[in-house]
Amino acid sequence: MKPPLLDIQDLKLGFKGWTGYIEVLHGISLSIGPGERVALVGESGSGKSVTARIVLGLLQSLRSSRIGGKLLFDGIDLEALSEAERHRLRGTRMSMIFQDPTSSLNPVYRIGTQFIEVLRRAAPGLPRQAALDRAAEILAEVAIAEPQRVLQSYPFQLSGGMNQRVMIAMALANEPDLLIADEPGTALDVTVQAQTLDLMRRLVDQHNTAVLFISHNLGVVREFADRVYVIYKGRIVEHGPTQALFDDPRHAYTRALMAAAPRLTGGGIPDIVEDSQAYLAPMQDHTTGEARP
Amino acid sequence: MSAPLLSLRNVSKTFAVGNREVRALEDVSLDVKAGECMAVVGESGSGKSTMANLVLGIYPPSAGEILFNGEALPQRRAKLHRRQIQLVQQNPLSSLNPKRSIGASLRLALDVHDIGARVERNDMVRALLEEVRLPADFASRPPSALSGGQRQRVAIARALACQSELVILDEPTSALDVLVQARVLRLLGDLRPRRGLTYVFITHDLSVVRNIADSVAVFERGRVVEAGQMLQIFENPQHPYTRNLIGAVPVITREELALRASLSTENQA
Repeated sequence: MKPPLLDIQDLKLGFKGWTGYIEVLHGISLSIGPGERVALVGESGSGKSVTARIVLGLLQSLRSSRIGGKLLFDGIDLEALSEAERHRLRGTRMSMIFQDPTSSLNPVYRIGTQFIEVLRRAAPGLPRQAALDRAAEILAEVAIAEPQRVLQSYPFQLSGGMNQRVMIAMALANEPDLLIADEPGTALDVTVQAQTLDLMRRLVDQHNTAVLFISHNLGVVREFADRVYVIYKGRIVEHGPTQALFDDPRHAYTRALMAAAPRLTGGGIPDIVEDSQAYLAPMQDHTTGEARP
Repeated sequence: MSAPLLSLRNVSKTFAVGNREVRALEDVSLDVKAGECMAVVGESGSGKSTMANLVLGIYPPSAGEILFNGEALPQRRAKLHRRQIQLVQQNPLSSLNPKRSIGASLRLALDVHDIGARVERNDMVRALLEEVRLPADFASRPPSALSGGQRQRVAIARALACQSELVILDEPTSALDVLVQARVLRLLGDLRPRRGLTYVFITHDLSVVRNIADSVAVFERGRVVEAGQMLQIFENPQHPYTRNLIGAVPVITREELALRASLSTENQA
């Protein structure tokens, strides 16, 4: 077996506030192989987005945050890197797509200008025209019919689906090893969301990019991921290959999540307990076949 | 066969944008029967919310008329109609006054519409909170102290406070987590027969529609492209756009996958 591209071991995160220390991640272990698509599923406040931000190194600079555990990226200990070295990784070897495409693009610059900036992260001093030509090529890859017009546009002149595709193009422009996608497409219409997922799947396959896919939508996860981690209140409660986990959910919380999702085949809305002691039961791991304390 | 509570007759709405005209709704006719839940489905920009705003009287239709209980609704709504037709919005944080306690927000609805004797109104507020399964002592809290699901329950309680007949639910659960969504949908389902309510449920989530609606209207670019009984639409969708929408729903179980696949193969045939 190949060594994992991203290996998170016993990650803890807490914040020091006026009311004392609050821990939000209680020891998360998660790994992603090269080219693998891994989903982290949970509700709002479960700790899935902060996990992504720690991987990118966006929370470390916060004075109130306390981070424990180990983060290995391609064998490199991320915590041992300097701020400048981490900065060099972002946008080149790892990149991120955020939930709302329109607000993650700068409204006062044209797409072209922003794209040049992205490409120059990996190739400093790349001439303007060469960068624009390359950008047009990449936009064509994400099924944008008129790349020249899009490069000339401001983000607010494009639709949400178009902006999302621009974001995907930018995130994949420097052929990163790891793409972190935080609820991509949830702000979009269902048909546009389905197209966006298809497109992402095709591109990451082509470029052998590993993906950490963060979502609260089990249906979307089933369509996209090879392997799934379910997170609840800062703990991983279940882990397994997508098919195995969906066919045989073992943890009470995973079962509740699946039961609560309305079915296209009907059957009504079940009565669900929002908070149950059973949700705090030990983790169920399909790959080792046992519950871990 | 119950008579329609709400009818739209050849309703159109055109907005002037600069010197262009944008047709938001074109020749829409719909009947919502008393006591039913009609789902209004479509993507953003399809005219769902324009329709809701017309029914609420926020702006007048450019053509056509809107009937409520068999009578044409005038553009300047009588207080009675403003009470009978209520709205629950997607984001309860922006529809509840952040400076006002939950109790005061509910009390205001009772005061404005002069419902119940003045001395009983505080008890009515507590009863309303219990009806939406919130603790009565939430009355003293501000909206910011509540979770998203709890706030949505307050918004529902406020629609109940007015003793409304028609509630327009504009994507009421799309901002909520799946466990919370299930509980709010259950609550809405229980309240409808108990309170004798009629729902117009605006959503883009067809798996929700399948489980709560009696009838469905599918909007595309300002037109109703398909309308009918819920089961009929799901078992035999006629319009390609409806099939597209069903085909794009992310699903969980093998049975759902099979159903979705069967609908899209029929599409190719």
